[in-house]
Amino acid sequence: MSKTIDPAPKTAARRSSGAAKPAGAPKEKLASRTAAMIIMGVSTLYFLIPIWWLFISSTKSREQFGSTGALWFADFNLFTNIADLVAYNDGVYLKWMLNSILYAGTGALLGTLFAAMCGYALAKYRFPGRELIFNVVLGGVLVPATALALPLFLIFSQFNATNTFWSVFLPSIVSPFGVYLARIFAAASVPDELLEAARLDGAGEVRTFFTVSRRLMTPALVTIFLFQFVAIWNNFFLPLIMLRDQTLFPVTLGLYTWNSQVNQIPEIRTFVIIGAFLSIIPLIIAFLSLQRFWRGGLGAGSVK
Amino acid sequence: MSTAVTTASPSGPVAKPRRRIPVKHKRAIAFFIVPFAALFALFYLLPIGWAIFQSLLVVERDGTFGKPVEVFGGLSQYVLVFQNEAFWASVGRVVLFGAVQVPVMLGVALVLALLLDSPLVKGKKFFRLAFFVPYAVPGVIAAIMWGYLYSPNLSPFAAFTSEVDLLSPTTVLWSIANVVTWVYVGYNMLIIYSALLALPQEIFEAARLDGASQWQIAWSIKIPLVAPAITLTAIFSIIGTLQLLAEPQVFRSFTSSVSSTFTPNLAVYATSAVPNVSLAAAMSVVLALATFIMSFAFLKFTQRKDDK
Repeated sequence: MSKTIDPAPKTAARRSSGAAKPAGAPKEKLASRTAAMIIMGVSTLYFLIPIWWLFISSTKSREQFGSTGALWFADFNLFTNIADLVAYNDGVYLKWMLNSILYAGTGALLGTLFAAMCGYALAKYRFPGRELIFNVVLGGVLVPATALALPLFLIFSQFNATNTFWSVFLPSIVSPFGVYLARIFAAASVPDELLEAARLDGAGEVRTFFTVSRRLMTPALVTIFLFQFVAIWNNFFLPLIMLRDQTLFPVTLGLYTWNSQVNQIPEIRTFVIIGAFLSIIPLIIAFLSLQRFWRGGLGAGSVK
Repeated sequence: MSTAVTTASPSGPVAKPRRRIPVKHKRAIAFFIVPFAALFALFYLLPIGWAIFQSLLVVERDGTFGKPVEVFGGLSQYVLVFQNEAFWASVGRVVLFGAVQVPVMLGVALVLALLLDSPLVKGKKFFRLAFFVPYAVPGVIAAIMWGYLYSPNLSPFAAFTSEVDLLSPTTVLWSIANVVTWVYVGYNMLIIYSALLALPQEIFEAARLDGASQWQIAWSIKIPLVAPAITLTAIFSIIGTLQLLAEPQVFRSFTSSVSSTFTPNLAVYATSAVPNVSLAAAMSVVLALATFIMSFAFLKFTQRKDDK
């Protein structure tokens, strides 16, 4: 894994680890070192034990789940559990995972593209209404998405379009925060001289964006993509309020409905746990493999 | 806009020619802006307008069994919102939650970020990732997981959880606070940590030469310099707190201590399911407005402090 992480990120990694620290810095007291490492160790346990528990629990059979030590392996049943989960209810779990990937993957891709184009235009062109658009978008950042869920439901029901793929997908594409980030990044990473040079070479504005500027903005775009992906993947209220047909559910809503049925159907508990474990793997992989991009982009939101 | 023009140009006419400069690349600008603007108008502005419109309607019936008709009712739904005790109890609950959870979470995030940035800690790469992993766990899943960890008999810490009921009416709010903290500490830590990494090294070297300890550097140099990053995390945390929904909704299947109107968003959901759409819309509007005002006020408040 570390191989994918190592290459020096282009943006904010002037000193990514402690390597660039001045060599002659006076030694800190042993006590502060120990205290610091204890805090780090305890925090690591706090953050990782729940996930470890989830992993261990998904390797256990239903009988052993309650009866064996909760933080260590019993019989290793992970793959039988997965097979049972996938087979349950005509494979509805796989359908949910695919839905989530479709909602979040496609939604974040389109959302990033539109946010990047808009933010780029706001940063690089002067035109009347520019400040107005930016301020409205900035206001949009402060309007919580959950406050929109109910009115969106009312609008979609006017067109009999609730309980459809589009009713969850379309609203997810809009990311005002993405525009805000894209504007900051475009202003910082795309020099005006470069655009002038491209113009002198006769390249059109749109072509310049897709060939030159897009490349310069890549770390920013990966950041926007990832965080919108997470926002859509985690979104709960909109699908909860929009969807009735469980074959349209994203995995979060699916697992939620299963979990609320555990008292009536006890055998479903194993599926909730193994399903929860499997559902977090794609996001963890995405974050680990793309971290050299997004880490550089993360701090930029706070630049003023 | 107008203030900028008047202050920038005491001799009015000078500013005018600037505005007459023809806009270059009109078509390209339209191409860049329109897709986002259209979606933003349809799925952000229209719903806001719709919610306001819906909140002004009331349902009237001809007699008890007559056909219900929606008619304009002015602000009567808002009067009902302000009289709705369950709604205000839920608002009080999330405000209390935020007043405790947000400072705790950001405090922990700040301490961890400063430690990661200090020379005291080895294995930074590992810690950074370990702390961030929970962010990849959706709120629903995190709540399900912690629901089991809190349970008196299935928890790995059953020795503790069978003695202390973490899902009782008095404790469940803080059990939910722990779930939210667990998910978001690492994310906030990384935002602050990235801001720390972007600071110029020379300042710290100068401070070290002057004999400043790591504590002094952290307290008097680093924290003031990353204040904008902390402000950003605080605003997002305030917004998130007022919108609390997934975690308490999941906890409803673990305990009866979480009512159907536990948080404002749950109240909106429960009210719309009655169905009393207009009242729910009015609640949504009040909530969105409150969120907007609070985060905006916080932003202005912190900016004023910076301005001196």
